Amino acid sequence: MGSKNNNIDPLPQNDGLDSVDEKRRRFLLTTSGILGGVGALCALTPFVSSLLPSASALASGAPIEVDLSKLMPGQQATVEWRGKPVWIIRRTQDMLKHLDDDRELLRDPDSLVTQQPSYAQNKFRSINPEYLVLVGICTHLGCSPKYKPTINELGPDWPGGFYCPCHGSTFDLAGRVFKDVPAPINLEVPPYRFLNDHTIVIGEEEKQ
Amino acid sequence: MKSFRLGSWINERFPLLSTWKKHASEYYVPKNFNFFYFFGSLALVILLNQLITGLWLTMFYTPNANEAFNSIEYIMRDVNYGWLLRYMHSTGASAFFIVIYLHMFRGLLYGSYQKPRELVWLLGMFFFFLLIAESFFGYLLPWGQMSYWGAQVITSLFGAIPYIGDSLVFWIRGDFHVANATLQRFFAFHVIGIPLLMVVVVFLHIVALHKAGSNNPEGIDIKNHLDDKGNPVDGIPFHPYYTIKDLVGVIVFLIGFFAVVFFNPEMGGYFLESANFSPANPLTTPEHIAPVWYLTPFYTMLRAIPDKLSGVLVMGSSLFILLFMPWLDKSPVRSMRYKGRYSKYALMLFVISFLVLGYLGTINVTPFTQMLARVFTFIYFAYFLFMPLYSRYEPYKQVPARIK
Amino acid sequence: MKIILVAVDKPSSEALIPAGRRILNYQQTIIYIIILFCYLSVVKAGPQLLSVDIDLNDTEKLQRGARIFMNYCSGCHSLKYMRYNRMARDLGLTTFTGEVDSSLLKSNLIFTSANIIDPIENSMPHTDAREWFGRVPPDLSLSAREHGPDWIYTYLKSFYVDKKRPFGANNLLVPDVAMPNVLAPLQGVVILEKDKNGFAHSSSEFVIVDTGEMSEQQFDSTIIDLVTFLTYVAEPNKTVRKSIGVLIILYLFIFLIVAYQLKKLYWKDVN
Repeated sequence: MGSKNNNIDPLPQNDGLDSVDEKRRRFLLTTSGILGGVGALCALTPFVSSLLPSASALASGAPIEVDLSKLMPGQQATVEWRGKPVWIIRRTQDMLKHLDDDRELLRDPDSLVTQQPSYAQNKFRSINPEYLVLVGICTHLGCSPKYKPTINELGPDWPGGFYCPCHGSTFDLAGRVFKDVPAPINLEVPPYRFLNDHTIVIGEEEKQ
Repeated sequence: MKSFRLGSWINERFPLLSTWKKHASEYYVPKNFNFFYFFGSLALVILLNQLITGLWLTMFYTPNANEAFNSIEYIMRDVNYGWLLRYMHSTGASAFFIVIYLHMFRGLLYGSYQKPRELVWLLGMFFFFLLIAESFFGYLLPWGQMSYWGAQVITSLFGAIPYIGDSLVFWIRGDFHVANATLQRFFAFHVIGIPLLMVVVVFLHIVALHKAGSNNPEGIDIKNHLDDKGNPVDGIPFHPYYTIKDLVGVIVFLIGFFAVVFFNPEMGGYFLESANFSPANPLTTPEHIAPVWYLTPFYTMLRAIPDKLSGVLVMGSSLFILLFMPWLDKSPVRSMRYKGRYSKYALMLFVISFLVLGYLGTINVTPFTQMLARVFTFIYFAYFLFMPLYSRYEPYKQVPARIK
Repeated sequence: MKIILVAVDKPSSEALIPAGRRILNYQQTIIYIIILFCYLSVVKAGPQLLSVDIDLNDTEKLQRGARIFMNYCSGCHSLKYMRYNRMARDLGLTTFTGEVDSSLLKSNLIFTSANIIDPIENSMPHTDAREWFGRVPPDLSLSAREHGPDWIYTYLKSFYVDKKRPFGANNLLVPDVAMPNVLAPLQGVVILEKDKNGFAHSSSEFVIVDTGEMSEQQFDSTIIDLVTFLTYVAEPNKTVRKSIGVLIILYLFIFLIVAYQLKKLYWKDVN
């Protein structure tokens, strides 16, 4: 009735009977451990998953439609997509003609670095040469450059393009970065597609 | 090999192993703990649940009167598994009270508040008061109809205090009525002020408990009979016996807990009140204002007294009087198993009155229910006020020396 | 006082209470209390309501309910906590590739200029609403959780003709309600057989004097569709929550068995 030994060793090592107990103990401990571990991992799921973007975050990052019918040649339109400024430039024929005049001055004239979708990996860096779509964030440290299309506006050899006021980086009228400036790569071209001749959807690609 | 080295590195600089031994693997505890002894560890589990789910909810909740209600729906619908975090937190609040009430009941049943554990009891009571405050502050946060009007009613109680009452209410609310100012300060208290205090108090509560050692259902002091190693003969080390037993208890609890969370989180409107699914409207009072179920016994006592100030005092006393248990109980034995029948009947009546008062708080007031409320309020207090008499003079049984 | 002391001093208490027996079996008491609690929580005060069975897994019902809501209710009532695309996905309004069928949505269910990712708002100006109805028609996202499906079902079936009211209709569940009887064209002309007398709600008091577009049966089923839809909107995660719950409880039972075996093994030596 009363317990004889006060230091209760859960499983005193005596005879063969106890090795069965020992095996059972090991089995039960291991199983409990595995079950507990699985449970703990599954319990992590809601906590980790809840930190992923919520439905409203995903909604606010949804593609946006832009109407281009009012955009005049040479003009720039700016829209916000996923918190970033996106430019749409309607290039003039003149601008398009002189795009390759200063190839030697560019760091990556053929857009070898993947800063654009495949359909923008061309001389114009766009689907339709007339409309240039760029993410307006300087690839140096993230300021938003200014649109400077006028020739010679920034000096005698200025062909037209973008100028970043923060540290002086410059990009041409296809968003390609010049040499000898702090910015390392061309301006990013976001995914986009033409809904019709005068409407683009930024954030969506052409369905294959 | 590596873990052994790490272990000894730590142990040279931090009392890790010695603390583990002192408070777990060589901490001796009576071997006859029963069902009522699960609730301490369960309370800890729930506290952990509230802290973690609460922390996560704070990432998505907006503590501003214009956005609070919307942010709750944002959590319920837009945040991945937000609904699960919300239900775990709301069910946890009700579960906390169920567990704490049963935990306190164990104390009344087995005389766990008696010498030398008075401080354990007092610290526990202080935690109970913190829990009530915490739940009150937390309930305003969803900014639903019941949140708003419940806070209006309870904050207005302070107006009953003579002379300073109205200014006090004005100061507490921070506005002419419960408004954004109130919400923001309640948020601060609920999220960090009180939880921090709670963690400290729980720690102190356990330290005090370990100094005296646990009581047990027989009320026998196991330290009276030690073996040649100095350990109680009727005791067993907390680890592994009670760690494994409490694990079983926790799993059983979790089954009940998650059954509610996943299948009936509203609990018929008792855990999540339907009026609270409508945003706070200062111009319309809901048909039926009642506090959440776990505060209804005290609310009934408040309503039973026709005078506002007296009602507040009676309600306050009903909580305050619990602090005096160690000195009200004059019985030479601890456990109800060995006390006389007056103590047994008194405790039974007390439990019944607590439940009846609780139920009365959920229904509308009629002359009959008011009469009942007054009768049972009297019975509630009688348990405490007559205790010095019946506990001292009733015949009791001899407590055996050893646990069978 | 003295008398009590003398009576209490009898040593016979030992015989009255045998050693080890408790007056109350505490486990039983707790179980009885839980049962009482459950009973009390089910017994509700208030007006008698018609009861309705909601099946949230019936996506066709939900789709019909969505259509009814958009056509008859969304002009005045918003569902601002529900997004169109979320509703479309849950109701099965998707293309073969699993994407939300935005053209289907836009042509049938979206009557404003909203995008499919937008919440279901409405464009009634608040000042005008107050002038016309006396109050702004409330958002109905949580109406099913606030009132319960039974209440909404009863409410929609409690309209009757009342010439004294500004819109010509009154409601037995909500007397002098500001809402007009929008579904009258479907239900027909309903009059109240006897005078209003408080909370009595047997439908035999209503008489359909002139049939509407639907038969009584069709109308009833339409209301059920609508109430089902509103119940879904109030808690879109309900079905997911129940299915996850089953897995969790199952897992816990398995864990319980193992843990309990382990406990028994360790506790063998302790009597």
